[in-house]
Amino acid sequence: MAKQKKSRQKKSQTRVDFTPMVDMMMLLITFFMLCTSLAKPQTMELSMPTNDKNLEDQDKSVTKASYTITIYVTADNQIHYVEGMPKYDDPTCLKKTTWGKDGIRKVLITHVTEDNTQPIQQVMLAKAKLDQKRHQNPKFTQQMYDDELRKIKAGEIDGNKIQTMTIIIKATDNASYLNVIDALDEMQICSVGKYVIDKITPDDLKLLEEAGVKE
Amino acid sequence: MGKVKLKKQDIWIDMTPMSDVMTLLLCFFMLTSTFVKPEPVKVVTPSSVSEIKVPEKDVLNILVDKTGKVFMSMDNQIYLEQAVLEVTGNFNIDLNGAQLAAFKADPMFGTPLNVLKDYLNKEESERAKALKELGIPTDSIDGGLSEFQEWVKAARSANPDLKVALKADSDTPYKTIRNIMSELQDINENRYYLITSLKTSED
Repeated sequence: MAKQKKSRQKKSQTRVDFTPMVDMMMLLITFFMLCTSLAKPQTMELSMPTNDKNLEDQDKSVTKASYTITIYVTADNQIHYVEGMPKYDDPTCLKKTTWGKDGIRKVLITHVTEDNTQPIQQVMLAKAKLDQKRHQNPKFTQQMYDDELRKIKAGEIDGNKIQTMTIIIKATDNASYLNVIDALDEMQICSVGKYVIDKITPDDLKLLEEAGVKE
Repeated sequence: MGKVKLKKQDIWIDMTPMSDVMTLLLCFFMLTSTFVKPEPVKVVTPSSVSEIKVPEKDVLNILVDKTGKVFMSMDNQIYLEQAVLEVTGNFNIDLNGAQLAAFKADPMFGTPLNVLKDYLNKEESERAKALKELGIPTDSIDGGLSEFQEWVKAARSANPDLKVALKADSDTPYKTIRNIMSELQDINENRYYLITSLKTSED
């Protein structure tokens, strides 16, 4: 009996207190949590046109006037747009709108061209269909999705080729970077394939001034 | 009395499972996380719905703060050394070993070249303080390339697979951004990434 008791005591002595180890672990975890960034920031890919002055005018693509919308991003979070080509002698062609769903996005989606089509709506519907298709089919790879999306953005919907919109974004000097990103963001949401950030010309400035817009 | 003693002995909590969990968490954090690079200026990025991630490697980060100060960082130390040697070579600046080591030790660089040597001679803590007031000049002298363009060009020639990522504060006036974009366009850097944070609420 005496022997048994001894061995039992020995067994209970091999128990190690893990509390300090847990303390240390906690400390290390807090350190890692505070010093690291888990979420990687997002990015937008942007390709700018080249500044090469030697580019011939005929190399530039031509779009019908009603297939373009020019967005003016100005100071104090203001946004204005012109449907079609800006008429520089007529300040009333410049319309004011707001950011977000009920503002510029609605303008883009409901824009009707001279051929009585709504290209942005068509493209967005096609994209929604594609999203649904991907959702139902688990074998749909990212590569396939990207290829399809590129086709849709270029105007190839269900084998038909439609003409897509071209959006020109012009920002004044006092516009904030946030608003420029917001404008680019709308392009993403509306799946606009062709958009460009253009330099503001003296004509544009005059137009804004005549319409009483703070630049 | 005996009863009380027994009770006391019972309050022994086994910490082993807890330490197991902790180790697991610790491993998770160590493996998934990347360290935050200390930035000389505070930059709040605008948010977007874009879900493209920043490329893993070969990135040249261009940091632009509200007032238009420009800083840069490269993730690869070897290419960074090549780039700095090229730029300083172009401007006939000789960096000694200690200065070069100091340059590489900094998380971000962004000093006008004429004060680069003085800056690198300072202590590390002094440097971090001084860098806030500096920044790479983006205006060119007599129509040539600006120092900013020189840096980007050097980085590009050191690493042809380089991807340019622009990280700017949301309150930056577009004038500054346009200036930087057109400087990049001038040296045929037409593709770049704009770093944003993810938009959480859909409006």
